[in-house]
Amino acid sequence: MDTLLLSRIQFASTTLFHFIFVPLSIGLVFLIAIMETMYVVKKKDVYKEMAKFWGHLFLINFAVGVVTGILQEFQFGMNWSNYSRFVGDVFGAPLAIEALLAFFMESTFIGLWIFGWDRLSKPIHLLSIWLVSIGTMISAFWILAANSFMQHPVGMVIRNGRAEMNDFFALIKNGQLWVEFPHTILGSFATGAFFIAGVSAFNLLKKRNLDFFKRSFNIAITIGVITGIGLALVGHEQAQYLVKTQPMKMAASEGLWQDAGERGDWTVTASIDEKNHKNTGEIKIPYLLNFLSYGKFTGNVKGMENIQKQYVEKYGEGNYIPPVKTTFWSFRIMTIAGGIMCLLGLYGAYLVWRKKVLVKTWFLRLMIPAIFLPFIGSSTGWIMTEIGRQPWTVFGYMQTADGVSPNVSAGSMLFALLSFSFMYAILAGVMVYLFVRVIKKGPAKPTVEELNSNDPFDGEDFHAFAE
Amino acid sequence: MLSLNELWFILVAILFIGFFFLEGFDFGVGMALRLLGHNDLERRLLINTIGPFWDANEVWLLTAGGATFAAFPNWYATMFSGFFIPLAVMLLALIGRGVAFEFRGKVSHSNWKNLWDWVIFFGSLLPPLLWGVAFSAILRGMPIDKSMNIHGSFTDYINVYTLIGGIAVTVLCLLHGLIFITLRTTGDVQTRARNFARKLIYFVGLFLVAFVVGTYLSTDIFARRGLLLTVIYAAVVIALVLAGLFMNKKRDGLAFTMTGIVIALAVGSLFIGLFPRVMISSISGANDLTIHNAASGPYSLKVMTIVSLTLLPFVLGYQIWSYYIFRKRVTEEHLEY
Repeated sequence: MDTLLLSRIQFASTTLFHFIFVPLSIGLVFLIAIMETMYVVKKKDVYKEMAKFWGHLFLINFAVGVVTGILQEFQFGMNWSNYSRFVGDVFGAPLAIEALLAFFMESTFIGLWIFGWDRLSKPIHLLSIWLVSIGTMISAFWILAANSFMQHPVGMVIRNGRAEMNDFFALIKNGQLWVEFPHTILGSFATGAFFIAGVSAFNLLKKRNLDFFKRSFNIAITIGVITGIGLALVGHEQAQYLVKTQPMKMAASEGLWQDAGERGDWTVTASIDEKNHKNTGEIKIPYLLNFLSYGKFTGNVKGMENIQKQYVEKYGEGNYIPPVKTTFWSFRIMTIAGGIMCLLGLYGAYLVWRKKVLVKTWFLRLMIPAIFLPFIGSSTGWIMTEIGRQPWTVFGYMQTADGVSPNVSAGSMLFALLSFSFMYAILAGVMVYLFVRVIKKGPAKPTVEELNSNDPFDGEDFHAFAE
Repeated sequence: MLSLNELWFILVAILFIGFFFLEGFDFGVGMALRLLGHNDLERRLLINTIGPFWDANEVWLLTAGGATFAAFPNWYATMFSGFFIPLAVMLLALIGRGVAFEFRGKVSHSNWKNLWDWVIFFGSLLPPLLWGVAFSAILRGMPIDKSMNIHGSFTDYINVYTLIGGIAVTVLCLLHGLIFITLRTTGDVQTRARNFARKLIYFVGLFLVAFVVGTYLSTDIFARRGLLLTVIYAAVVIALVLAGLFMNKKRDGLAFTMTGIVIALAVGSLFIGLFPRVMISSISGANDLTIHNAASGPYSLKVMTIVSLTLLPFVLGYQIWSYYIFRKRVTEEHLEY
């Protein structure tokens, strides 16, 4: 195997693995901060127990997210040194700022939060968890600023044979960043929300710590439905932005070989023949593609063959069509996952409002596998984003094949790939094992429902289960 | 007037010094876990001495990496691709170590805890060893070609000089960690840590002297800045002797300050020896990477300067505050890990 392929595999696998933990961390800590806020405001111990219990799971997850993140920062230089030389002037800055602004904040205040329950005053302890939460979001912002630059390079000129920054604010104002960042953050909140909702549903079905898990479920589903709908809206914005900046990726994600024409049929499903540039067995919905691309029912979305011709003129000979099947299907899987999340969130919120969560056991049962939906959504979403940009690594300026380290042997890369994979497999196994243990063990002590309470999340009839 | 390239060279040096000073003692504590801790309670005690800090300490390395990438992309690219295998092993060590702190206490079974204790031990031993080897190799010069790429053979990485450098950094971190333990604990553990440190300090002195001699023989840095480096290494020796004396008098805070000074001076001396180069080519001086040909453009450096000088006071402020909050010695009643 050659070094390029090995490096591609390593980057794809380690990044996808890292991004299992990242959204869960961002989402969980946000929900935990809300729970602790409720504890400080309402002064009810159950919210403290909630912050602590979900905090246990968060910390296990956070640890894996942090350590797999170290590798991310190092492997640009290790595996992609030519890429690093080419973009460092622009791309390095957001990475350094991420470390300085976000990593220090997260790591210091998570220490204060874990060890500070008895040492800090309640407001300062609460502030600590909010600073961790804000830190995770700042971190996402800067790394996405870096990624957005790769998708839609702005704020730079080509000088001395490399990309040099000439407008820092253009990097921050990058339109790509402002669709990518909200989409990622909402997706992360949804990940945390569906995780807590699912684990709570499991315990509600087992009739354990009903008060504790009902409150957790209610908070989670509230966040879940808001973020689920927000995700769909922002996703729509993002698609419209994509048509403008990376039409090839859009066309590939739609399996659109020829221009779509005035009617703008949206392909629901198709069997794609990448060799002959043909689809068979297509199911189409008229006008929908125009709406998805432009927010209106008229237009003409360009097809891949047409764009390929343009790119050959602009960038020279070469194949500018990404792996179409992967892009097409990852886009569909992502939107389906998101759609189901919206429906579950809406119905769950309705049940919470009607105080019927505990009687709908089929729904609770459904919420357990639904834990995986946001993970599927974010993984396929990133696969579409990154694979769909190929052959480019920095769109229009550098191809992935030109970025790899020229001086690292295939043997070294194979060693790294195998040892990281081995390590990550162990981490995954241990994590699942510990998650199951912590969940089975449950919160520290069962809490007693206070009957006369003004809490809006209170009041559901606990005997409903027996009815 | 200091140029931005010089300023960023100094900032990268400070970040690496901060990393070795701070993470240095938690590497030391990690190694002491197997060497000093007799039972589970003692080991938990030791882990809790660094519990609230180690993660933030490690961020100094990440920031050093990020700053190198941003300010000197060619330095970052040459060093990280050139030291591919050592860095891969170091990453494995850091990954294992990071999760081990979190994982070990989650199951109360002795085999489980033993396993993660060993992961912490090697996870704390390998990074300082590998960084010591890597920095010595950088100082000695690596075969860097015209296109700034290292094509090293085994002996470029591993030789007597780099091994001495690696061991020197490792034992220095262990000493620093042991003294940190004396600062943060009481009773039996504290006494044993102090006794261990008082023996270890002779090894540290031995390896530091060997490293200086090796540096004199294997590198060109004394030829370039002989006087300044001689003064620095003399100060290193004095600080180390003082650390020993303070330990004898049980003045642990002052002893810790002294090992901190040793680390800061020793790491600082590497950067002083390098300057204005950042990577030395053993093939030809023309292939050296310097703070000019490895750097980002003036605009990028200016932006980075404004951003970091604005943020740094806050970062330092809350980190110092967190050390202040957890200033009390760790006792058995307050164990979170």
